[in-house]
Amino acid sequence: MNENKGTIKKMMIILSKGTLENVYAAFVLANGARMEGIEAEMFFTFFGLEAIHKKKLEHLHVATVGNPAMHMPTMLGGLPGMEALASAMMKKEMEKIDMPDVHEFLDILTASGVKLWACKLAMDMFHYKREDLYDGIDAVITVGDFYKQSEGEGVHMLFV
Amino acid sequence: MEKTIAGKSITVNEEGYLTDFSQWDKTVGETLAAEAEITLTPRHWEVIKYLQDEHKNQVALSIRRIGKSGLVDIKEFYQLFPVAPLKTATKIAGIPKPASCI
Repeated sequence: MNENKGTIKKMMIILSKGTLENVYAAFVLANGARMEGIEAEMFFTFFGLEAIHKKKLEHLHVATVGNPAMHMPTMLGGLPGMEALASAMMKKEMEKIDMPDVHEFLDILTASGVKLWACKLAMDMFHYKREDLYDGIDAVITVGDFYKQSEGEGVHMLFV
Repeated sequence: MEKTIAGKSITVNEEGYLTDFSQWDKTVGETLAAEAEITLTPRHWEVIKYLQDEHKNQVALSIRRIGKSGLVDIKEFYQLFPVAPLKTATKIAGIPKPASCI
């Protein structure tokens, strides 16, 4: 923390989950960094890849099971259509507070200079191809490449 | 607190934002821009005027709204004000810092 008096220069945000609330948290943090003059890069791995998968990114859901903060009995959360209902309600609330949808949010991030990286290992595992992904992705890279990107003073990493 | 900007005594908050827009003029804007190491071009002024109008109409400013302004897109906004664009541009415009997360 002695370097630069602890000033944050760059945020490296790793998104490993594909639930709506996690995707939004990661996006808001990345965008918020840029708004403060902090650089930001995102690494999408495992289920986080869904947030940049063209066919999936508009169909992300909130988790209604195993999420105590939903204040919904687990049995009820598991009923068919429950996730879709909860997700639709949440999306409606988000629109009210001027939250962009996932695709528009990705457009905002790239326009703001956030670098977006897809994890090669997870791509291979899910059999995704580069053309399956959102066009604004910078590249498909390895974890080693991502660490290389993270070099420098005042760089912080965050795992979502 | 009081701050001398362009030879005038101006009231600002602890972050350096003007608290009374009537004390703002173009020279004040230019001085605040110089402090942020920005040389204002006609394009900057268009954006500043837009921000002031939106503030006057009590519109909550956010990056998303800037992108939908029809005046400037987000990419150009970051080119005009490279470091913390919304914070910097509103400070130069003499209006409050937007309390926006997006």
